[in-house]
Amino acid sequence: MTTGEPLIVLDAVNKWFGPLHVLDDVSLSVGRGEVVVVIGPSGSGKSTLCRAINRLEPISSGTITFDGQPLPAEGKPLAKLRSEVGMVFQSFNLFAHKTILENVTLGPIKVRKEKPAAARERGLALLDRVGIANQADKFPAQLSGGQQQRVAIARALAMQPKAMLFDEPTSALDPEMVGEVLDVMTSLARDGMTMVVVTHEMGFARHAANRVIFMADGQLVEDAPPGEFFANPRSDRAKDFLSKILTH
Amino acid sequence: MHVFADPTNFDAYLSSFFWILKLTGASAVLALVLGVLLAAMRVSPVPVLRGFGAAWVNTFRNTPLTLVIFFCFFGLYSTLGLSLADDLDLNNFWLGVIGLSAYTAAFVCEALRSGVNTVPAGQAEAARAIGLTFAQTLRIVVLPQATRSVVAPLGSILIALCKNATIVGTIGLMESSNVMKDLINSNGDAVIPIFLVFAGTFAAFLIPTGYFFGWLANRLAVKR
Repeated sequence: MTTGEPLIVLDAVNKWFGPLHVLDDVSLSVGRGEVVVVIGPSGSGKSTLCRAINRLEPISSGTITFDGQPLPAEGKPLAKLRSEVGMVFQSFNLFAHKTILENVTLGPIKVRKEKPAAARERGLALLDRVGIANQADKFPAQLSGGQQQRVAIARALAMQPKAMLFDEPTSALDPEMVGEVLDVMTSLARDGMTMVVVTHEMGFARHAANRVIFMADGQLVEDAPPGEFFANPRSDRAKDFLSKILTH
Repeated sequence: MHVFADPTNFDAYLSSFFWILKLTGASAVLALVLGVLLAAMRVSPVPVLRGFGAAWVNTFRNTPLTLVIFFCFFGLYSTLGLSLADDLDLNNFWLGVIGLSAYTAAFVCEALRSGVNTVPAGQAEAARAIGLTFAQTLRIVVLPQATRSVVAPLGSILIALCKNATIVGTIGLMESSNVMKDLINSNGDAVIPIFLVFAGTFAAFLIPTGYFFGWLANRLAVKR
C-alpha cells in the first residue's frame, strides 16, 4: 500500500493548552494511500492531533511535514496547504447560507479558480458519488445529519486533496445514519485515498484501517495493524480502553 | 391647515423632507460600507487594524452627534477649509453626510460584530480548511451570515439615522426641523398642527420601514 516517502510526518510534536499537555512528544508518519485510524478515550488528544495536521490547531513545538514540505505558518502558503488536505468535521460545518451544490463548488471556484460550469459539473458528479445528487439545490438545514456529512465529504473531495482528515465524522449522527457515512469512507479508503480518521467506530477501524493508533493522555501509546491491535493490545491503557468499549 | 395651504410653506415643507431623504440615503450607503470595513478590522488578527476599528467606535459612539456635526462645519469646513461644494446648501449637505456616516458607521460596525458572534466557529474553520484565505473566509462565509442575522438591528440603525439627519439643520441646512422651527415662528397660532404634520411625516415613512426590516430579517435568516 505504502509507496515512496511518507505523505504526513509528525516529529516530536508537543502542544499545550495552558498547563494541559494535549500532545506529548508525538511522532507519526502516514504513507501515501495509507488509512490510519486514531482511537482513544476522550481528552486523549486525538482530535488535536488530527487538527494539527492542517494547522487548524497550531503546535507548541516539533515539526509537521506534509508532502515533503514543513507546514507553512500562515497566509497564502498555509491556505494552499489546507486546500490539499481535505477535512471532515464532527459537526459537518456545511456553509449554512449556501446550497448543497454551492458548498461543494465554492472551494474549486474561489481557491482553484475553476470555471463555474466545470466546477458545477464535477460537484454534481461528486454529489452523485456520495448519493445525494438529487438534493443539490437544497440548503444544509434541510438535510439529515448523515446526508450533511456526506456532502461535507464531497466538499472536501472537490478540492482533489492529497489526504483526508476525519475528526470524529460519525459522532454527531443518529445511529441509523452512521452506516451511510462509513460506507462512503470505506469506498474512499479502497480507492487509495490517504486518510487519518479519528473515530470511535471500531468496526471501521477493523475492516478499513491499515494501522490503528491508540492515544491516551496526549501520548501515542500504540501503533499497530488493526488485527494485531484488537487481538493483542500491548499496553494496559489500550487493554483497559478496549475492555470498556468491546464488552457491550 | 392654512399654514400648508400657502404654496411657499408647502414647498419649504416638501424640500425639507427631500433633504432628509437625501441625507439618509447617502449616509446609509457610506455608513454601511464604512461599518463593514470597520467590523472587518475589529475581527481581523492584525493589532493595528483592530486598534483603529476600536478607536473609531469608541470615538463616535461616545460623542454627541450634534458635536460631530458641529465639528464637520466649524472644524473641517471653517477652520481646516474643507469645502465640498460651491453651493452653500450642498456644502452643508455633504458636511452633514460626513458626520452622519462617520457616526452611524460605528453603530453598524458593532451590530455586525455581534452578528459575527452568532456565526458558529465551525463555519470559519470549514472555510479555512478548504483553503480560503482570511479575507475570503470573512467575505464569503462569515460576513454574509453575520449580516443576515443582524438585519433587524440594522433596520433600527437606519431609522435612527433618518431621525438624526434633522441635526444637520443646526449647521444651516433647511431640512425638516429647521423649516418646522421657521413655520412655528411665523405661525404662532398653529404650533400643534405644525408639530403633528412634521412628526406624522416621519412616522409615515419610518413605521413601514420598521415592518419591512422585520419581514426582511425573517426572510433572510440563515436556517441552522
